[in-house]
Amino acid sequence: MPKDHGIGASTKRREDVRFLTGKGRYTDDINIRGQAYVHFLRSDVAHGKINAVGTSEAETAPGVLRVFTGKDFEGVGGIPCGWQITDRQGNPMQEPAHPVLAQGKVRHVGDPIAAVVAETYEQARDAAEKINLDITELPAVMNMKAALEDGAPKVHDDLTSNLCYDWGFIEDNREAVDQAIKSAHHVTTLELVNQRLVANPMEPRVAIGDYASYSDESTLYTTSQNPHVIRLLMGAFVLGIPEHKLRVVAPDVGGGFGSKIFHYAEEAFCTFAAKQLKCPVKWTSSRSEAFMTDAHGRDHVTRIELALDAEGNFQAIRTETYANMGAYLSTFSTSVPTYLHGTLMAGNYKTPNIYVNVKAVFSNTVPVDAYRGAGRPEATFQLERVIDKAAREMGIDPVEIRRKNFVTEFPYATPVAVEYDTGDYNATMDKALEIADWDGFDARAAESAKKGLWRGRGINTYIEACGIAPSALVGQLGARAGLYESATVRVNATGGLVVMTGSHSHGQGHETAFPQVIAEMIGIDESMVEIVHGDTANTPMGMGTYGSRSLAVGGSAMVRATEKIIAKAKKIAAHLMEAAPEDVELKDGQFSIAGTDKSVAWGDVCLAAYVPHNYPLEELEPGLEETAFYDPANFTYPAGAYICEVEVDPDTGKVRIDRFAAADDFGNVVNPMIVEGQVHGGLAQGIGQALLEGCAYDDSGQLISGSYMDYAMPRADDVPSYSVDHSCQTPCTHNPLGVKGCGEAGAIGSPPAVVNAVVDALQRNGKDVTHIDMPLSPSRVWAAMNG
Amino acid sequence: MYDFELVKPSTVEEAVKALSGDEAQPLGGGQTLIPTMKQRLAMPGTLVSTTGIASMKGVSASGGVLTIGGATTHGTVAKEAASSYPGLAAMAANIGDPAVRNRGTIGGSLANNDPAACYPAGLLGSGGTVVTNSREIDADDYFQGLFTTALEEGELITAVRFNIPEASNYQKFEQPASRFALVGVFVAKHSDGVRVAVTGASEEGVFRWTEAEEALSSNFSPDAISGLSVDASGMMGDIHGTPEYRAHLVNVMTGRAVKAAG
Ligand SMILES: Cc1cc2nc3c(=O)[nH]c(=O)nc-3n(C[C@H](O)[C@H](O)[C@H](O)COP(=O)(O)OP(=O)(O)OC[C@H]3O[C@@H](n4cnc5c(N)ncnc54)[C@H](O)[C@@H]3O)c2cc1C
Repeated sequence: MPKDHGIGASTKRREDVRFLTGKGRYTDDINIRGQAYVHFLRSDVAHGKINAVGTSEAETAPGVLRVFTGKDFEGVGGIPCGWQITDRQGNPMQEPAHPVLAQGKVRHVGDPIAAVVAETYEQARDAAEKINLDITELPAVMNMKAALEDGAPKVHDDLTSNLCYDWGFIEDNREAVDQAIKSAHHVTTLELVNQRLVANPMEPRVAIGDYASYSDESTLYTTSQNPHVIRLLMGAFVLGIPEHKLRVVAPDVGGGFGSKIFHYAEEAFCTFAAKQLKCPVKWTSSRSEAFMTDAHGRDHVTRIELALDAEGNFQAIRTETYANMGAYLSTFSTSVPTYLHGTLMAGNYKTPNIYVNVKAVFSNTVPVDAYRGAGRPEATFQLERVIDKAAREMGIDPVEIRRKNFVTEFPYATPVAVEYDTGDYNATMDKALEIADWDGFDARAAESAKKGLWRGRGINTYIEACGIAPSALVGQLGARAGLYESATVRVNATGGLVVMTGSHSHGQGHETAFPQVIAEMIGIDESMVEIVHGDTANTPMGMGTYGSRSLAVGGSAMVRATEKIIAKAKKIAAHLMEAAPEDVELKDGQFSIAGTDKSVAWGDVCLAAYVPHNYPLEELEPGLEETAFYDPANFTYPAGAYICEVEVDPDTGKVRIDRFAAADDFGNVVNPMIVEGQVHGGLAQGIGQALLEGCAYDDSGQLISGSYMDYAMPRADDVPSYSVDHSCQTPCTHNPLGVKGCGEAGAIGSPPAVVNAVVDALQRNGKDVTHIDMPLSPSRVWAAMNG
Repeated sequence: MYDFELVKPSTVEEAVKALSGDEAQPLGGGQTLIPTMKQRLAMPGTLVSTTGIASMKGVSASGGVLTIGGATTHGTVAKEAASSYPGLAAMAANIGDPAVRNRGTIGGSLANNDPAACYPAGLLGSGGTVVTNSREIDADDYFQGLFTTALEEGELITAVRFNIPEASNYQKFEQPASRFALVGVFVAKHSDGVRVAVTGASEEGVFRWTEAEEALSSNFSPDAISGLSVDASGMMGDIHGTPEYRAHLVNVMTGRAVKAAG
């Protein structure tokens, strides 16, 4: 029988009631009396020298309060980058200034040049049309390899080149890897592109700055995945506001997928302008603006080599990747192609020698940063594609070659600096083969052939590092932040609990899953636990939600705080029952003494804590409220095996996904329904990347796919009914819940399965196609078939 | 969006009068015009809505001709033409999504003449007439290139007449993002010959593939066109398909339409 409450129960998501009935309270729903509106005048050229920004006509337009330009921000800090990478020579990365409004040059289409604040949004927009711009267009830096050639135009004139860093990981492995490749029996090489994506959360970004002159306090309401991080970055680095005078609120947020982790210029602008103008200032992004200002994802160009011995054992991996940073360094941009990517290049396999080289390059495009999976999809894609190609070249079955190389003993230290604590890759492989009905493929292929369609199948595994991250470790690697999480558990006098978490829910279901854990620990009903998040004024300092970290890190902090609560409550109960605290047991919300009929209810203990008439006041403070910070000892390593089956229409190149099986090991599972939903969403995004999505620029830096007319999002009829399984569970060994994280797996594991399947379909039908770059649009598949 | 006046007349006469004003423009379902205005790419002074004009709405069939009022929505055509002209009704049923079909009108679609829209292929493939407040325009003279038609300033499409063929079918190969036609082919088998109209593909907008028409008029089967091809040089190319790919699809979709028309 599945559980109906507590850990392991598919409790329905309580937050969905408000989301599905239109009662969510999003940032754009917040309107503050007297607020003004800002419209940003944005560059329509990719690269240009600003000669003049003539604002006088706009300043006198109806309703205009003030027009700001880059000059107004000359004494103000720039948008900071949160992770410093050290290059192969031991030097710090090149780090350009990122002004709130452009100064001197514009560097991508969408770069904000001026901001018009007016009484209404339309007035601000009208006035922006009256700004006279004098910009000399410069040649756009678009191609990463060309950008690194001598004499290439520079995105940032004060840097020595367009190279942000040239990173080697691990530099000491390099010679051994070169040697292993030179002497290998077989080397498979693949060049591929992991294309640029636009995150496209359903809710576009919004920011409202508010300033209270009576207390000299600033408040920013924003669509953020991590309000404390924004408070720290914006307060300390940009505007110079101490944290006790700055509050950041991120209420209901309609999806983020990474793009709402980062600190954006519009947030700093609204906070700054509200103080200058002494009135609230609101900005709501249009969808068109979102396409050219939300940080993009991926955009790697990679060459990977895999060396094998005659039996197909992996000997070495060497990669060279060009990673597009865009025009400026977004908050975590520099960590994505390095530590979130290089550390995963071992995959599920015991390859002894690995060397990863990444060149991060500036270009005249929107900044690129973390997007669902962040670095790990890029690692998985290249590895699982090159393994597929190697298997084909060597005539080894794709399942066999993977099994042969699996890591089977744990803990396992990879050659790329991480230690997998636990896992069972054969188990998820077996499960995937079973739920995909791998053996029934030939019969289905014959059915497809009758319809004139080519069926193919693709398999891959993945591993990811979640539960980000041990602070001391990431500090050594250049992170400018700690990555612990926090929770305050406040028990009220009548026994209900409020849990204030530093995690942030923007679709994940924390308000449902977190109470399941606490209710189980105490033995009370889930409805007695309320989750509070998203406001720096009433939650402890936390690092937010991304990297599938909320339950593994935030949940662990919550467990620790609840343990403290229970320990104190036991002391109170012991006093009430006149017993020793060590003898007190807590079960189903009752404290009792083993071997006696003494017991006291949870509610009575809570009441005693706040009405301490009969209470050990000399030993114990009244009240029942505890805070814990949890800093993980290691990453967690969810892993799994994915299988995709496609039908390709040979006349048009159109790919239809017929079935998709995902077998994941997420460790222990708190709410199977939510986990399944997370996997479904991740798969849709991974399939979207594989078949549909692609952010395209032309050579002059114009964004071609700047709307849904040209940027293809996956829709319900693009995806099959999935077969999802998470019954293979090797619990994480180092966090109290034994959980690993499930938010990104689907997006990480699915693109290679799809591409492997399409290549397989073409190969089975006599087309010697070894690779097609994503998205596998009908036109690209047809061209590959007929190339 | 800039400020504008909205007029909602109930007769064609009132509409025509309102359209004679400065910078006045008809408003059908607004599915194309309103987004353009929101982006400030269009700034009409007055919008004259067609949706309150009863005489411009409805579907009727007689004497082998289907007449559709200029303000009739795609959704209505999909329902009401289903028995009289199933090929056209099926085409209308696959335009956009339910919201688009319940607002977008045939008049708006044909006046706009988007190079990837479906109705231009439906009308040119069927053969017929665009009826305006002042004249009748033969389908073969109506389409004049991308977003360009024979309509004069202020001229209103009041109705559209389609010659109902013996058999017909529309095959739309969707552009993955917009789901407009990357290539759409409308094939109509009339008693006096076959018409084949292609949308989405050509740099010149919707066109009749006369070579295929001739071949199919003597042998209405996919085999008849298997050896034919359209020249890639006049085809559109973009991130969704090269000119060669579009040229190839014209042939594939025509064959499928012929097969489906039976
Ligand atoms: C999401 C989406 C998907 C779509 N998918 C498709 C698709 O797959 N296939 C397809 O064919 N179309 C598609 N469309 C377009 C849709 O069919 C529109 O309905 C059509 O293009 C315009 O019709 P409308 O009535 O909305 O016109 P409006 O937007 O109101 O007007 C369009 C133009 O026509 C003029 N006009 C309107 N009515 C008349 C009239 N009676 N006489 C003269 N001029 C007039 C207007 O002045 C304007 O210039 C899609 C649209 C959207 C938003």
